[in-house]
Amino acid sequence: MTQRRPPRVVMPGPVEWLRDNLFSSPLNALLTVLALFLVYWIVVPFFQWAIVDAAWSGTTREACLARENGACWPFIIQRIDQFIYGFYDLAQRWRVDLTLAGLAAGLMWLTLPGLPAKRGVGAVMLTAFPVVAFVLLVGGVGLERVPTERWGGLIITLVVAVVGIVASLPLGILLALGRRSELPVVKGLSVAFIEFWRGVPLITVLFMAANMLPLFMGVSVNKLLAALIAVALFSSAYMAEVIRGGLQAIPKGQYEAAAAMGLGYWQSMIFIILPQALRLSLPNIVGNFIGLLKDTSLVSIIGFFDLLGIAQAGTADAAWATPNTALTGYAFVGAVYWAMCFSMSRYSKHLEGVLASGEKR
Amino acid sequence: MPRANHIPWWRTRRTQNVAFQVLLVVGVAVLGFVLVTNAMETIQRQNIATGFRFLNNTAGFDIVQTLIPYNETSTYARVLLVGVLNTLVVASIGIVFATLLGFVIGIGQLSSNWLVAKLCRAYVEIVRNVPLLLQIFFWYFAVLRALPGPRESWGLGDAVFLNSRGLYLPGPHTDQGFGFVLLALAAGVVGSFLVAARARRVREVTGVVTPVLPLVLTLIVVPVAIASAAAGFPVTFSWPALSGLNFDGGTVVLPELMALIVALATYTASYIGEIVRAGIQGVSRGQMEASQAMGLSRGQTLRLVIVPQAMRQIIPPLTSQYLNLTKNSSLAVAIAYPDLVSVFAGTSLSQTGQAIEIIAITMAVYLTLSLLTSAFMNWYNARVALTER
Repeated sequence: MTQRRPPRVVMPGPVEWLRDNLFSSPLNALLTVLALFLVYWIVVPFFQWAIVDAAWSGTTREACLARENGACWPFIIQRIDQFIYGFYDLAQRWRVDLTLAGLAAGLMWLTLPGLPAKRGVGAVMLTAFPVVAFVLLVGGVGLERVPTERWGGLIITLVVAVVGIVASLPLGILLALGRRSELPVVKGLSVAFIEFWRGVPLITVLFMAANMLPLFMGVSVNKLLAALIAVALFSSAYMAEVIRGGLQAIPKGQYEAAAAMGLGYWQSMIFIILPQALRLSLPNIVGNFIGLLKDTSLVSIIGFFDLLGIAQAGTADAAWATPNTALTGYAFVGAVYWAMCFSMSRYSKHLEGVLASGEKR
Repeated sequence: MPRANHIPWWRTRRTQNVAFQVLLVVGVAVLGFVLVTNAMETIQRQNIATGFRFLNNTAGFDIVQTLIPYNETSTYARVLLVGVLNTLVVASIGIVFATLLGFVIGIGQLSSNWLVAKLCRAYVEIVRNVPLLLQIFFWYFAVLRALPGPRESWGLGDAVFLNSRGLYLPGPHTDQGFGFVLLALAAGVVGSFLVAARARRVREVTGVVTPVLPLVLTLIVVPVAIASAAAGFPVTFSWPALSGLNFDGGTVVLPELMALIVALATYTASYIGEIVRAGIQGVSRGQMEASQAMGLSRGQTLRLVIVPQAMRQIIPPLTSQYLNLTKNSSLAVAIAYPDLVSVFAGTSLSQTGQAIEIIAITMAVYLTLSLLTSAFMNWYNARVALTER
């Protein structure tokens, strides 16, 4: 009888790993070398520019002119207030801080797993919070009014994105239900509305809001309000399609069961169908929000100073005229957008996983 | 016999449905009426002209890039046409580059090479999460503006020059008789299609594979060569050359156009990369194993088994990305590339003040493009659905 031996265990060491993953064939080896070259060619100069050669201290453009091959960080450091608040009244900025803190706290509560009463917090964030935020930011009820012309930076970006998504949610739900309705008029109107807004670029919609809305309303409209209406209408069409996807994923049995229990159309929608459909569409709603957040940068074209608008204005400012101001501004704003969008897309991925594991039995 | 649960006619589902829809129509009509009366009043009060007569008026401004003859005495209708063509130029070039780069990125993400896969993944995650407008600004203001001036241009031989004024390429000029060459080319292409179709029929019926490529090449090259020779080689190239402070001759790709194409192509490629990756991953593993078991080579497996099935999943979202790219090309207005939005909804609108007409026309152009695209998508979906079993 042969002696039993334990199976031979081959621990893949770093050499094996390299061979399997980077140099498995001549072609792969060539690709690896090319990729390494590409990384070296992009990453090294970037770090050189952004960190090693960059100007870090100083308060004026002279500090940056001295380091002509590096980023001009003093431009960002000196203007960080503008990037966050725009030209919001100095003494009133605590109101912005409070709003941002509320938004951050609410979002953290909703996204961190394990915290109780998510439903209640969600309802507060969708109903009471916008009202409070509106009063805080605009003024009234004893607070000094801050005209929207003075808003800018991150505030404008976030206000447009959050209002766009919050306002488009109810409208999008109605449109999605309308598009799946059996009533021909309702269906036709919903399809026409959705396809119209999805077929035109956002910038034309913003132009329309800026130029046509005052004509149609017969009165002059606050510019920010006009832009917000445009963004809400535009994104409601996309929201409708996302929610329609969720509605389509609900099995027919759910509709039939609701009908069998004697629930009417609205009852079955509100209590049976929509809660499930919205849960299913949540990852895509987050995806929509990412798209909208990036699209808010378009308001800089119609004269708002959002994050990108502030950076752009800085590049045109003679006080900061250096060869690196524009690039520094774009790098900073790009990093801010990226951090927001990337974390949300991670969250959306995570939600997909959670939903998928819930479906598995 | 009285029916206990008889529903009166005004409470039946049918009546309610009709009533609801009538109310909805009335509501929409009232809203439309109010908006239109408001607009008419304001227009009268502000003394703005109405109607589409302005299209025949002289525009009076110049446009830096025109595909068709245009000058300051041209009409607004001409401006519209120039704008639409310029939009189509950006969109079509952008689509070509976005597709090429997107497929590379998508396939790269699935590479067995760890570094290549990670690099492609990083590309997608970085580019997709930064606003397109920012990327356009980056390419235009930070990269292309930083290029050297005409005297210090980067050159590739004596043919291609890149500087802060644009990309200078040799420009083809067609002389008389070029039509013949085009005709010969068209005939060659049509012939090739017929030959290829016949070869496929033969293969499907008999299983005999006829190599088509040499035949097709001959069919295209020979007639074109003969036609060119007969017409006395009607295409001449003019070469860009530095004269004084700027370049003369050749054709120039404006920096605005370059920035727009680079930004649109790289941005859309990150989405296309994801679509391609998902499409390839969507083909089940068994398909590859089965085709290998049947003795197909790696290339044949890819070409005959994987790609056709992946394409079925890739094409619909790909077309909507093409549409997105076309709509996103409207961001041209931010760097003053003369596209439809820039010259028509921008300059023409501010000159004439006829916001309603101009924005309606602009939106109608984009809507037409999207409806055409979705018509194509429906047609394609119907086609691939038929071949499914």
